[in-house]
Amino acid sequence: MLSRTAESLYWTSRYIERAESIARLLEVAYRMSLMPTAGEGHENEWASILAAAGVSHAFAATGQEPTAEAVTEYLIFDPENPSSIRNCIGAARENVRAARPALTSDVWETLNSAYLQFIDILQGPPARRDLLSMCEWTKASAAAVRGSFETTQLQDEGYDFFNLGCFIERADNTARLLDVKFYVLLPTIDMVGGGVDQYQWAALLRAVSARRAFHWAYKGDYAPEKIAHFLILNPICPRSLIHCCERIDHHLSRLSRAYGQRSLAGRLAAGMYGHLAENNVRHIIEEGLHEFLTDFITEARKLDEAVNRSYMFWGH
Amino acid sequence: MSTKPDFFNEMFDGAEIRPAYTKVTKWFDDLGEEMLALKKAEAEALFRRIGITFAVYGEGGSTERLIPFDLMPRVFTRSEWDRLERGVKQRSRALNAFLWDVYHRGEIVRSGRIPGELVYRNEAYEPAVVGINPALNIYSHIVGTDLVRTGRDEFYVLEDNCRTPSGVSYMLENREIMMRMCPELFRSARIAPVDTYPDLLRRTLHEVAPAKCEGEPTAVILTPGAFNSAYYEHSFLADQMGIDLVEGQDLFVDGDFVYMRTTRGPQRVDVIYRRIDDAFLDPLCFRPDSMLGVPGLMNVYRSGGVQICSAPGAGVADDKAIYTYVPDMVRFYLGEEPILKNVPTWRCGEADAYKYVMEHLPELVVKEVHGSGGYGMLVGPASTKAQIAEFAELIKKNPSNYIAQPTLALSTSPTFVESGLAPRHVDLRPYCLVGKEVRLTPGGLTRVAMKEGSLVVNSSQGGGVKDTWIVAD
Repeated sequence: MLSRTAESLYWTSRYIERAESIARLLEVAYRMSLMPTAGEGHENEWASILAAAGVSHAFAATGQEPTAEAVTEYLIFDPENPSSIRNCIGAARENVRAARPALTSDVWETLNSAYLQFIDILQGPPARRDLLSMCEWTKASAAAVRGSFETTQLQDEGYDFFNLGCFIERADNTARLLDVKFYVLLPTIDMVGGGVDQYQWAALLRAVSARRAFHWAYKGDYAPEKIAHFLILNPICPRSLIHCCERIDHHLSRLSRAYGQRSLAGRLAAGMYGHLAENNVRHIIEEGLHEFLTDFITEARKLDEAVNRSYMFWGH
Repeated sequence: MSTKPDFFNEMFDGAEIRPAYTKVTKWFDDLGEEMLALKKAEAEALFRRIGITFAVYGEGGSTERLIPFDLMPRVFTRSEWDRLERGVKQRSRALNAFLWDVYHRGEIVRSGRIPGELVYRNEAYEPAVVGINPALNIYSHIVGTDLVRTGRDEFYVLEDNCRTPSGVSYMLENREIMMRMCPELFRSARIAPVDTYPDLLRRTLHEVAPAKCEGEPTAVILTPGAFNSAYYEHSFLADQMGIDLVEGQDLFVDGDFVYMRTTRGPQRVDVIYRRIDDAFLDPLCFRPDSMLGVPGLMNVYRSGGVQICSAPGAGVADDKAIYTYVPDMVRFYLGEEPILKNVPTWRCGEADAYKYVMEHLPELVVKEVHGSGGYGMLVGPASTKAQIAEFAELIKKNPSNYIAQPTLALSTSPTFVESGLAPRHVDLRPYCLVGKEVRLTPGGLTRVAMKEGSLVVNSSQGGGVKDTWIVAD
């Protein structure tokens, strides 16, 4: 497969996953904003999701206050924000266009339809642009693209590159989400266990569409430790770090087998997965969850670079 | 200029509907206006979703546009088609013989049949490929011949496109859309399928692999990139053939061969179906400022390490001045009488012709020799006095840059417009593939001038397209 094509597949799924993560974050902020917060002392939830999305500085540079309207507009529609849902969908479509022969027409048409619908929404009446329906629309569109990919795509190397992008992006997003919960929403440790805290944990689980799954697995006990376990170390949670790393390792191993040699990326991913598999949540919290997550995000970035180098995405 | 009754209307024979059109006409009649409007909207939505668009530059960045699609197909009977097919194949063989000849001994020039300066001083003549013997001596592997009809049995060739004729994706997608819009028709009318084209193209590309190719040839399509107006077609063809769509940056030359950068490392490439112009193929050989091509590609090509389709230099055969000699080529190389006629053409570079053209501009169509896409032309009868005077100045400055032709009474094909079904002028481009065999898919791209009376069918000038059917007599 052309390196340029592999790179396009990788970025297509990264952008789709990113759009979906932004939508999920916005939903969390919206839920939190409905909660009476006076006197509880935590920061503005709209500012928090800017931090989770990694765009606090860029947003601050626009000179706006992080109000519901401003943050929603910035994260969904702003053409100047490279991570806005609008730009993610546009970038995903550009990447699919560049890799078109490597994708089935089902995948292309699904994504192209989503893109055209977005343009329609942009040009339509403002009433169609409310936050919740935009979030639902984004999640449904991302699911449709992934669904058509899973059901029509040949499971060759292109399948692996697409999924690599998806799970590397998702792992990064989950880590950022958890980090925000601990250190942005609840800056003071004595608030842990309070009513607000409880509500925020529930919102966090909602953000990953895992509230019911969590109930099922942990019998509804919102202990921070258990939620951390669920989102970091429980392989049955599709957004947990360990699940993502397992899938990344799986796809890189498939590529190694197909190519007859193990890549730098493959070795890194195996290391990340092994490290998580041997860890336990008590240890992570004792050592510092924030530090753990920061390390993980750094590792994920290195992995991305290794994938680029191993498969010659930069060509020369 | 208005549509006069003396234009041949392909649907009617006097007041009678011609047999080829009876089924489709009845189908649309039964459909009713409301359903028809629905189908039209449905077809457009499909085109948009599939992404069959072409890029339009200017207007504040590039935008994507749909080419107007007409639901009413254009219908040929099998026997009409058979003759066209023989004629197009004959021309393609002669053009290829000509190309090989002018890059070798130039027998046709020595024999005095074509003036040497027209060939060797031609902008598209490529001295860098003199003496090269591409596989099977073929220079033009995909020939798009533009035809018009003026009567029941009267067909004329407007021009031959020997480099990289575009539009074949429309031929294929128009059919896909029609099959979704009116499956009943396809069940009842026996319409020759066109969907074998990608397979035939792939076969052709494989057949012309260079001698140095080992085992199964690796063919690729070379595109200028996603911003090119024909990018959709490039990706469509790569997709349909299951081969890689590459950009210049994906290829590199190492030693005697061309390679593409893949996730497994370099992979050798044997055949390049290029959709970029000669001038951009190799910055070391042609334009040094071009980023679209591959440095060193021409060296590999000359030493037989890679096949380029169509071969560099093939453009000299589709020059509009050379065009006038194609019937002579058929006689000279094939020893046959031409099956298809040329449009009578005046070469303004010749004194007698120049005089005639200048005196008759309001009746003539004048074209730039190297022009394309409907640019740089004058349609005399549809032009104002000022426009004609302006064009006369251009011709005066550089006569040999222009040819002139009479305005033909182009046939019309019934087309859905705002007011219902109305006659509109059409042309036809079938796609001829030249490999070990010469192959023609039964069909082609029918372009239609959507404006009443207009003779300009180019998509860049607002022309539309329709499906082309070959049905049993």
